[in-house]
Amino acid sequence: MAEKDKELLDNIDNEYKYGFTTDIETDTIARGLSEDVIRLISAKKEEPEWMLERRLKAFRHWQTMKLPTWAHLDIPEIDFQDIIYYAAPKQRKEGTMDDIDPELKRTFDKLGIPLEEQLSLAGFAVDAVMDSVSVKTTFRETLAEKGIIFCSISEAIREYPDLVKKYLGSVVPHTDNFYAALNAAVFSDGSFCYIPKGVRCPMELSTYFRINAEGTGQFERTLLVADEGAYVSYLEGCTAPRRDENQLHAAVVEIIVEKDAEVKYSTVQNWYPGDKDGKGGIYNFVTKRGLCREGAHLSWTQVETGSAITWKYPSCVLLGDNSVGEFYSVAMTNNYQQADTGTKMIHIGRNTRSRIVSKGISAGRSQNAYRGLVRVAKGADNARNYSQCDSLLIGDKCGAHTFPEIDSHNPTAVLEHEATTSKISEEQLFYCNQRGLSTEDAVGLIVNGYAREVIAKLPMEFAVEAQKLLAISLEGSVG
Amino acid sequence: MLSVKNLHASVGDKEILRGINLEVRPGEVHAIMGPNGSGKSTFASVLAGNEKFTVTSGSVEFMGQNLLDLSIEDRARMGLFLGFQYPVEIPGVTMANFMKMAVNEQRKFRGEDPLTAGEFLRLMREKSAVVELDSKLTSRAVNEGFSGGEKKKNEIFQMAMLDPKLAVLDETDSGLDIDALRIVATGVTKLHTSENATIVITHYQRLLDYIVPDYVHVLYKGQIIYSGDKSLALKLEKEGYDWLINQQEK
Repeated sequence: MAEKDKELLDNIDNEYKYGFTTDIETDTIARGLSEDVIRLISAKKEEPEWMLERRLKAFRHWQTMKLPTWAHLDIPEIDFQDIIYYAAPKQRKEGTMDDIDPELKRTFDKLGIPLEEQLSLAGFAVDAVMDSVSVKTTFRETLAEKGIIFCSISEAIREYPDLVKKYLGSVVPHTDNFYAALNAAVFSDGSFCYIPKGVRCPMELSTYFRINAEGTGQFERTLLVADEGAYVSYLEGCTAPRRDENQLHAAVVEIIVEKDAEVKYSTVQNWYPGDKDGKGGIYNFVTKRGLCREGAHLSWTQVETGSAITWKYPSCVLLGDNSVGEFYSVAMTNNYQQADTGTKMIHIGRNTRSRIVSKGISAGRSQNAYRGLVRVAKGADNARNYSQCDSLLIGDKCGAHTFPEIDSHNPTAVLEHEATTSKISEEQLFYCNQRGLSTEDAVGLIVNGYAREVIAKLPMEFAVEAQKLLAISLEGSVG
Repeated sequence: MLSVKNLHASVGDKEILRGINLEVRPGEVHAIMGPNGSGKSTFASVLAGNEKFTVTSGSVEFMGQNLLDLSIEDRARMGLFLGFQYPVEIPGVTMANFMKMAVNEQRKFRGEDPLTAGEFLRLMREKSAVVELDSKLTSRAVNEGFSGGEKKKNEIFQMAMLDPKLAVLDETDSGLDIDALRIVATGVTKLHTSENATIVITHYQRLLDYIVPDYVHVLYKGQIIYSGDKSLALKLEKEGYDWLINQQEK
């Protein structure tokens, strides 16, 4: 096999197809971070005073914090004064389609996200975010008929201050961790979504995050509220240009799932992963957490193939009795990528249930860690958790690690944990080759089979995309 | 169709095939028998291109081409099929999906358009009938949780789907009960035409009751030491290999 692998490795370019840059006039502020910068960001976003106060409070707290070092990651030093904290593609006022720069429209077309409602994927409403601003949110009027609010967080702060005040920071406070504090201070844009009582959202809601400007960090902030008995399925996607420099993406996503409501949150994360020698790529430090009230149901599904470094643990706080949390993850690393990802399931209410299915895939010289916490509080009678944590290794220069932690304070809890580690065997490849499949196709097929349980949780259109993505991201990895 | 001349192959330092010669023409069925460790499975693997083995000398021509120069997948796409002694499991990949890729790779190689979903399903229904394969199996993951008999039926099902020029069946009869053996062997016979050829590797004459060979070869220590017609298999069944081996050692 060795000869063939070498050939494969030599012949394949980095296949990241979203690596282009949009040449568009951008309004950027100077590098660096200070109270003045935060005031400037807040002013640019025309925010009310209370929001600025919150930002400053978060910033002051952040200054007292230290970088977390517990993850199984080798993180080069990040100079937080060398980052541009606000970059906005110049456009005329928010509004009709005609006001959007054609170059921006073309960019999102190229990414497969048309901004015209009549061209969009059936059943999807999109909030398109480039660098620090939301460019366009589609189908707002259609959704508004049902009382659903779907807009950029910047707009929500101005238009729906009561909702934002009530929920923003309620699940992930600015004191939560280093990156959450940074985000609370400098966050630029992201989506806001509110589904009123008893309403089943008729469309898939999605946000597409794009980093374009050089030297910038993206600080996405997303807030989703499903009121009592409501239902919504939400999806986010992300890409960035191919660059030699590393760029920082530090996001916070908060979800509030009120009584008997259900939220499905899916991510296809495909930030630029760096080249095959580990140069460039996005540093992705993300805090995602949802709060479940009585009988609520929150399901996280993530397909993580991008970023040079991923640090991300979408979690569920199962506060209400009979609430349910789920986490389905495929995390794939290739070349020199590093990922430390997993989830926390915090059982507080009685009869709370959670399920974790994590599928790690490591190739090249990458390092891939699963980190999970299942905590059962004293009062969480009859809590149940099932965790399944699998690792697949491709080649012999990569690493797979698992750090599952169980912390139970209630004797009636039943917690199960299963784990496997496997390799793609020569026999499997030979078998596929003998049926006429190339080695690359065979690896793609085997990996997709391995990840199938998770992929199947994604909305149909994205499941197909995710399958392709897994195969593409693995190119050149056999060896 | 297949012309093997003085083929030598080894794994590591150990030579396993030591000068095999074999001619296979369209329409023929060849049986290769021989005691354990004589190199039968290695021969099949080398034909298919398994890189565990190194060909040290000799030549193999297949359909007018130098087989040894071709990749495993190109050999397969040209119509060389290996029925595995131990079919491999591929979790999470459905048989249907696996076969769709395989069939379309072959079509692409021949410059044909891929099959539409409807055409493919029809083909699958038709071919699974050849080996009485439970149609539910095609929606299950490749060989995962299949019984021994199902796995072997599944190999012949794949052979039917791919319609090879030359099928090499490596101990397809091992581990089969008598009914499964009949179904598998009958399936192979149904697929046989004057255009294609089959090499069956087996320990037991019973398979050859169904798949009647034109030639029977005895492989011993990496060489074909004796060839005959179907009556040879019966003689071997009765008398074992000792008489041949003794003759050879002299």
